[in-house]
Amino acid sequence: MKAAIIVFPGSNCDRDIAVSLKKISEIEPLMIWHKETCIPDCDIIVVPGGFSFGDYLRCGSMAANSPIMLDVIHKAKKGMPTIGICNGFQILTETGLLPGTLIKNDCLSFLCKTVSIKVENSNTKFSNLYSKNEVIDIPIAHNEGNFFADDSTLNKIKDNDQIVFKYCNNSGKTEKEFNPNGSIENIAGIINKDGNVLGMMPHPERATCQLSQLNDGERFFSSITESIL
Amino acid sequence: MTLITEDLVEEHGINEEEYSFILKSLKREPTITELGIFSAMWSEHCSYKSSKFWLKQLPTENNFVIQGPGENAGVIDIGDGYAAIFKMESHNHPSFIEPYQGAATGVGGILRDVFTMGARPVALLNSLRFGDTSHEKTKHLLTGVVSGIGGYGNCMGIPTVGGEVEFNSSYNDNILVNAMCVGIAKTDKIFYSKASGVGNSVVYVGSKTGRDGIHGATMASAEFDENSEEKRPTVQVGDPFSEKLLLEACLELMKMDVIIAIQDMGAAGLTSSAVEMAGKGELGIELDLDKVPCREKNMSAYEIMLSESQERMLMIIEPKKEHIAKEVFDKWELDFSVIGKLTNTNKLVINHKKMTKAEIVLDILEKGAPSYKRPYSINKFSEEKIKNDKLIDKGPISILKDLIGSPNLCSRKWVWEQYDHMVMTDTILIPGGDSAIIRVHGTNKGLSITSDSTPRYCLSDPIEGGKQAVAEAWRNLIAVGSRPIAITDCMNFGNPEKEDIMGQFAGVVKGMIMSCNQLDFPVVSGNVSLYNETNGKGINPTPVIGGVGVIDNLDIFADHNFKRKDDVIFIIGKTDGHLPQSIYATELLNINTGLPPKVNLDEEKKNGLTIKSLIESSLVDTSHDISDGGILIALTEMAIKNNIGFDIETDIINSHRFLFGEDQGRYIISVKEKNLIKVKKILEESNVIYNIAGVTIDKIIKVNEEKIPIDEIKEIYENWFTKYLSK
Amino acid sequence: MKINIKIMPKSGVLDPQGKAIENSLKQLGFNQTGTVRQGKLIEIDLQEKEEEAIKIVDEMCQKLLVNLIIEDYEIIANKED
Repeated sequence: MKAAIIVFPGSNCDRDIAVSLKKISEIEPLMIWHKETCIPDCDIIVVPGGFSFGDYLRCGSMAANSPIMLDVIHKAKKGMPTIGICNGFQILTETGLLPGTLIKNDCLSFLCKTVSIKVENSNTKFSNLYSKNEVIDIPIAHNEGNFFADDSTLNKIKDNDQIVFKYCNNSGKTEKEFNPNGSIENIAGIINKDGNVLGMMPHPERATCQLSQLNDGERFFSSITESIL
Repeated sequence: MTLITEDLVEEHGINEEEYSFILKSLKREPTITELGIFSAMWSEHCSYKSSKFWLKQLPTENNFVIQGPGENAGVIDIGDGYAAIFKMESHNHPSFIEPYQGAATGVGGILRDVFTMGARPVALLNSLRFGDTSHEKTKHLLTGVVSGIGGYGNCMGIPTVGGEVEFNSSYNDNILVNAMCVGIAKTDKIFYSKASGVGNSVVYVGSKTGRDGIHGATMASAEFDENSEEKRPTVQVGDPFSEKLLLEACLELMKMDVIIAIQDMGAAGLTSSAVEMAGKGELGIELDLDKVPCREKNMSAYEIMLSESQERMLMIIEPKKEHIAKEVFDKWELDFSVIGKLTNTNKLVINHKKMTKAEIVLDILEKGAPSYKRPYSINKFSEEKIKNDKLIDKGPISILKDLIGSPNLCSRKWVWEQYDHMVMTDTILIPGGDSAIIRVHGTNKGLSITSDSTPRYCLSDPIEGGKQAVAEAWRNLIAVGSRPIAITDCMNFGNPEKEDIMGQFAGVVKGMIMSCNQLDFPVVSGNVSLYNETNGKGINPTPVIGGVGVIDNLDIFADHNFKRKDDVIFIIGKTDGHLPQSIYATELLNINTGLPPKVNLDEEKKNGLTIKSLIESSLVDTSHDISDGGILIALTEMAIKNNIGFDIETDIINSHRFLFGEDQGRYIISVKEKNLIKVKKILEESNVIYNIAGVTIDKIIKVNEEKIPIDEIKEIYENWFTKYLSK
Repeated sequence: MKINIKIMPKSGVLDPQGKAIENSLKQLGFNQTGTVRQGKLIEIDLQEKEEEAIKIVDEMCQKLLVNLIIEDYEIIANKED
C-alpha cells in the first residue's frame, strides 16, 4: 500500500503518521508539499495533524485552499481512500469533503490525553479489524476538536451510519461526562457518505507503541492495509 | 546626533567606571548606537558580570561532554553517533508583564538555542514558580503562562514532557518561567557559532525586525524625531508558526554543506549574535543595516541593533553558496538577506543610511566586559529541632489528605494536559513521574530528562540547597534506570549587589560544585537571572537544575507506578525523620525555621548506583525518589495511576517524622516476592541502608490501622487546580 | 479603500468563548450581563473603489475568511480612507 501524506507549513504529525504507515505497509510513504498540484499514484491520501498555517484565521481554513487540495478533493470524490487526523480532519471539513465543522473545545484549552473511544461503525475500510462497540484507547491533542453540525446535517450523518468513533468511558458509556471537548453526540470521528473519506480527532499513530503501553491504534492501520490490498 | 549625557549613560545601566573605560578605549565619546551596544553586551544577561567569577568554578567536563558552556547550548555524547543538545533559560520578567507572550517567547528562544546547533528539538520542560495562591495576580499569571507554553510548543510539534510548578509568596511580584529544551543531532553534524573566513557573508534569516523588546528606559532619549506613539517599545510576541518554518528550513539547510557558523538572535538580538560570532572567530564584522528586513518604517540603527524580535537567526555562509541557502529559505517563505561580511579588522562596524553608526574593536566589548567579585556573605539559618508537642495531633491518613490536596503537592495534570506531550510519538514516559523518557527516534535508546530545585532549602542553607538541587536531579534520572550524564542550570536570584543575596549565589554554586564533582554530573550550559525581587525582597534562591541521562536499552527501565499487588516495598537510604524545612513543617506547622536535610554525597552515590543496577538487572521495575513531602507522599504517588495501594507499618510514636521527614538520598522500590532474596543480597553487599515498609495491595492505602480507598485520595490529588481556578 | 469584515458565530451555534466571557463578567459582579458572543474583525486594504471592493471581499469571505457552517459576516466599507 502506497500512501501519500500531504505536508503543509505547520504540519507536525506528518512524520509520525509516516512512521506508522511504513511500519504496517513496509513502503515509504510519499510526502507531498502543499504547493504541488498533483498527487502521484497512490492507494491512500493522508492529511496529517499539526498546526497548518499556524491555525491562524481558523484551523484548517488556509490549508483547505492550498494548491494540492484541488487534487485531493478530486481524487477523494472519485473514491480514493482519504483520511484526515486532527488538523487533517479540520482541513477535510473545511474542504467540504466531510460534513460539519470543528470548533473550540468547551473547556477552552488545549487538551492532550489518552481517551477511550467506542467503535460505532466497524464496517469501514478504516475500522474493520475492530469489533462494533469495542472500546479502544487513543490519545487526543487538540484545541478545536468540538465537532458541530446543524440538526439536519447531524440527522443525515446518523441515518447513514457515518459516525465511526465516539468518546466514551472505559466501559463504553457515551454520556456527556465522558466527552473531553463538548463534541456533539460525543463524535470523535466520522466518515463520508460514500465510505472512503474518514476524519477523526484522536491520533491512532500515537497508539502503536508497546513501550508506552498504547497500541490500540495498530489495528486502525492494519484495517486500512488489509482492505485496500 | 544624540547628545550622550550622564543620565543617558546611567539609563543604559552603565556605571561611571565602565563608562570611563569606554571613553578610554574608544578615545572618543560613543555614539548612541554604540552606547546601546555596550549596554546590551555588558548587561548582566549577556556579560554575566556578577556571576562569572563563580560560574567559572563549576565542573564542565566528563567523558561524555562534547561542548560545555559558552555555546548556544551544551552538547553530550549519548552513544552510537548521537549527541543530545540542551539548555535551560529564564523568561521571568516578560512573563510577569504579559504571561502568555512572555512564556511563549521563552519557549521559542530556548528552541532556537538548540536547533541552531543542528539538533532537532525532541523535548521541552518548564520550571514555573508563582506567588502565593491567594495573591491576586496568581490565577491570571498561572493560566496565561501555561497556555503560552502550550501555545508555542504544541504548534511547533515538540512534546512538553516535564517540569515543575511551585507556589510561594516570595514570587508574588516576580514569577519564574524557566524553559528547557533537549534536541538530538548526529555527533558529526553539530553547528557552532564561531565565525570563520574573511570575506564570508553574514546572512540574516527568519522573521522581520520590529521594535520588539527594546529596553524601555533607553527609548525615551534615543535619537527619535518621528511621532512617538509608533516608537513605544512593545512586548515581544511569539509566532510559533514562523519558528516551525525556521526550524525546518534550518535543519534542511544543515543537511547540505553550506553553513559555516550559526547563532540565534536572542537577548540583545543582532548585537550579541554579531559580536559573539565574530569575537569567537577572532575576526571583524561589518553590517549594512539597510539590508536588514524590517517590519516597521524608519527604524534607527540603535533600534535595529537592539531589537529582540523573535524567530531570527544569523549565519555565516560562503558567498558562492548563498543561492543554495536562499532557495531553501524561499521555499519556507522566510526572509533571507545578506547583511554584511566578515573582515580581518577585529572590529564591529555598523553602517546605516550611508553613515557609520558604530565602530568598536570587538575585544573592548568582549574581553573588556566588566566582571565583578561582589562582596558576599553566605548565611544559613540556625539549627532548630521540631519538638514532639508541635506535631499535628492527627493520624497519618488525614495529614496525607491535607498534603496531597495542597497546591505544592497535588497533581500537575491540569498543567501538562494542556501541553502536547506525545507528538513525535517518542514519549515513552509521560509527565508525572521522576523523569520523562524520550526515545531517540528510530533507535531503542532513550533519554531521561528532569528539572528540579528546592528553593526553601537554598534559602535556609545555600550550600546544602545547591548540593540538593543537583543531587535530586541525579536521583530522578537514576529512579527510571538511566545513566545521568550532565546538567544545565538556570540560576534565579535576587539583587547581587546585596551581600546576602550574593552569598546565596556563592553558596549555592559551592554546593552544586560538590555534587557535580562527586556524582560526575557536570554543567554544560545555563543561564543566570538576577535582580528578581518582590517589594525589595529577593525571591527564594532558585537554582533550577535540568538533568539529562541515557537509557541504552529501552526494554529495561523503571517508572514510579506500582504494578502488582503483593510486591514488597523497600525504603532505600537512611530515614532519620528530618522535619525542619519539610513541606510538613512549612505548610502544615507554619514553621519556616531550621536547617534543611543534609545531602550525604557518599550515600547518595552508593544508593543511586545500586538502584540503577537493580533496575538494569531487571530485578526492579518500580522505583521512585523520595522528595517533597516524604515517604507517605511518595508511596501515594506510586499508588494512584494503577489503583494499587500499600499496607505499611510504622513506629507509632515517631510516625510523622518517619512518614513526612525529607531525608535525602532515598528511594522507594517495590520488589516481586520471587526477587526478594536477590534484591536483599545486592543491597547488603553494597552496604545500602534499607528497610522493608510493607507490601502493595489492591485499591487501598493503609498505614498501621488507618486506611482509605485510593479513589478518594485520587479525587483530592487531581482536582486541586480545577477547583482553585473555578473559585 | 479599507474594508472591515465583522464575523460572528451564527445565532444558535454554540460559542464557548462567548459563554466563558459571559460567566467571567457575571463573576466580576456585572449582573447586567446578558448573552455574550465573541467574533472577529478583519481589516483589508484594497485599491478598488467601494462597490468593486465589496464584491471582491464578499468573494474572499465565501472562499476563505468565513466558515459558513457556523459564522455570519457583515462587510463594512470604511469611508474615511
